[in-house]
Amino acid sequence: MEEKSKRFTTVVAYVQDRPGVLAKVSMVLRRRNFNIASLVVGHSERPGVSRMTIVVEGDAREVKQVEKQLYKVIEVLKVFDLAAGSAVLKEVALIRVATNSSNRAEVIGLAQVFGGRVDDVGRNYVMIELTASPYSIDRFLRVANDFGVMELARTGAVAMSRGEKIISAPVEETQKSHNGQGTSY
Amino acid sequence: MKPTQTRTGGQVVCDVMLEEGVDAIFGMPGGASLPFYDALYHYPQIRHYLMRHEQGAGFAADGYARARNQVGVATSTSGPGATNFVTSMASAQMDSVPVVFITGQVAREFIGTDAFQETDATGCSIPVTKQNYLVTDPDELPYIMKEAFYLARSGRPGPVHIDIPKDVFLAETKAPTPESVKVPGYRPAGAGHKMMVRRAADLIAASKRPVIMAGHGVAISGAWDELFELATKNRLPVITTLHGVGCFPERHELSLGMMGMHGMYYANMAVHDCDLIIGIGCRFDDRVTGRVADFAPQAKIIHIDVDPAEIGKIVPTEVPIVGDAKATLALLNQHARPPENDPWLKHLAELKADHPSHDPPQTENENLLPQHMVRKIYEHSSGQAKVIADVGQNQMWASQNFFYDHPLHFFSAGGTGPMGYALPAALGVAVACPEDEVWCVTGDGGLQINIQEFATLAEYQIPVKVGVMNNGHLGMIRQWQNRFYDGRLLGARLANPPFEKVAEAYGITGLRASTQAEADDAIAEARSIDGPVVIDFLVDEFEDCMPMVVPGASLGETVEA
Repeated sequence: MEEKSKRFTTVVAYVQDRPGVLAKVSMVLRRRNFNIASLVVGHSERPGVSRMTIVVEGDAREVKQVEKQLYKVIEVLKVFDLAAGSAVLKEVALIRVATNSSNRAEVIGLAQVFGGRVDDVGRNYVMIELTASPYSIDRFLRVANDFGVMELARTGAVAMSRGEKIISAPVEETQKSHNGQGTSY
Repeated sequence: MKPTQTRTGGQVVCDVMLEEGVDAIFGMPGGASLPFYDALYHYPQIRHYLMRHEQGAGFAADGYARARNQVGVATSTSGPGATNFVTSMASAQMDSVPVVFITGQVAREFIGTDAFQETDATGCSIPVTKQNYLVTDPDELPYIMKEAFYLARSGRPGPVHIDIPKDVFLAETKAPTPESVKVPGYRPAGAGHKMMVRRAADLIAASKRPVIMAGHGVAISGAWDELFELATKNRLPVITTLHGVGCFPERHELSLGMMGMHGMYYANMAVHDCDLIIGIGCRFDDRVTGRVADFAPQAKIIHIDVDPAEIGKIVPTEVPIVGDAKATLALLNQHARPPENDPWLKHLAELKADHPSHDPPQTENENLLPQHMVRKIYEHSSGQAKVIADVGQNQMWASQNFFYDHPLHFFSAGGTGPMGYALPAALGVAVACPEDEVWCVTGDGGLQINIQEFATLAEYQIPVKVGVMNNGHLGMIRQWQNRFYDGRLLGARLANPPFEKVAEAYGITGLRASTQAEADDAIAEARSIDGPVVIDFLVDEFEDCMPMVVPGASLGETVEA
């Protein structure tokens, strides 16, 4: 993929788990003209708080603007960027690679080199499941392309910083602001 | 928490408005908001002004909010009512105006079914509001209402939209209104960081050619007294942006007036040549900076703003200070020391005397120039009038030819530049400040975008004086097509009705003036009438708005003719 020359930064945002938050965050990013490689949302370690992992293209100044603009979304609780190299960055890919009886073993062998496993096998394909860095998945795909990639599903990256310093969901922020039971709006 | 009692959603909305000090709202009813109107019927303390277009309602609430420096409220129904709000929301968002927009929505069971007058109103308002809500649980309404007002006015103010389904207005709830709200992750800045403020004070003391650039933030946070102290104690010349006009008395010797694309020649030159900018509550908009690469090439920049995203967005900053203007300037005033800048002040005084951009051009005859109209309103009102300008040439002349010595006396939608703003906004200002003389300065183009609000002025006898700067053109379009498109005028000429007759038809006194003497007479007559008046000023058709920084040029290249 030709994205190698571009600079990507991984930004993590803790957001309140409410309807509309994903729309608000993605609209801010689009409106400010930021290029997004991937955006993943899921639960964090605290109930009511979701964790978004956003891989964004841009230099340091642009990434700083991404952070500041994200903070303008009221439901965004905390934003930080993960310094390159010090974070674990993982993505899951399901890849259906075209095979025949003569090269099936070769494809499976290559997948195993990348730490992949086989989820399904058919007469003319194998389905590989790969959990790796986005970069490793790109590399495997280049190899797999020689055989033919029939179908590809990638999750986008999630990330976590290495080391003792933990950036967890803000504690006092987890209570819902509502007087009621904190149901969504 | 207030004692718990059963209230309907409509009552909750009205109760919170009362608590927040709202005494007037602007709106148009519709099917989905009828239950709200039925609740409002029992709250005579909140006057409802029936506007003739939802956009007008939004702009009226905007004017009310700016004039009072508190939250304004506009309301409309679902579907087209909500979408007609979008322009006024966008304007309030860009200009940081605290307006709460309340829209009706189809009943909860119909949401998502493409019901009659259903629109994804909150989907539309995401990019043009500070926050929005679709209320699906009546028990949450008291909290949401309270939070909406808090978010609208705190930090960097802005519009907040609450979309309320018809059946939520009717539903009963025992949920009390909270005394206060705490929004997780939302921390509006107070005074700026002390160390940064000290660094700013050091830079000021060491500067030779400093200027203060005062923006809208000074008005919003009510920091004009602190600004005055900073400027006068340290002898710092003050330049304002369009939205900062009036935050420093324009007839003061340290005032250099407004800067920017149509700013004062001397203001633009001062910024271009200065060695220090103290930017307060401004966002270095392209209409202010000219070509950014050559903006104030020798200057260090101190930037004080309540919104961290504004700092470093356009120009690199030497001393970034995230903070409320009033609190931060109070702190800065404790540390600031005057620089040695006598030669600079002398230079600026000479520049100002040699290039009086603030005065209308000299004319040999009785021809009425657009600049005369503004200057005459200034003279007749002894500078006390509140002026609401529309968008285009009229807006620039209204800012240039009036000396604004008081804050919150000049209002203009400078950010999104929505033509049609002035008439409904002036209506809102007049409702907010019934004792004050309010002038709407608009063009013949912009007037017709919300001319239906003549009916509102007439119905409620709101004493706005409407001055139509009628040059038979979309003047700024004509000016640009003449200067930058070799005179190929297309879509610039306007065929207008006689506006004084239009006014009369609505039941408003209509006057007409086509010479300087007639203008004096008309203004005097308008001021003697208690109710609304429309004056059609037939001004010189071909006058261009100068000075000007042509697109792509730097402030140092400001042309005067």
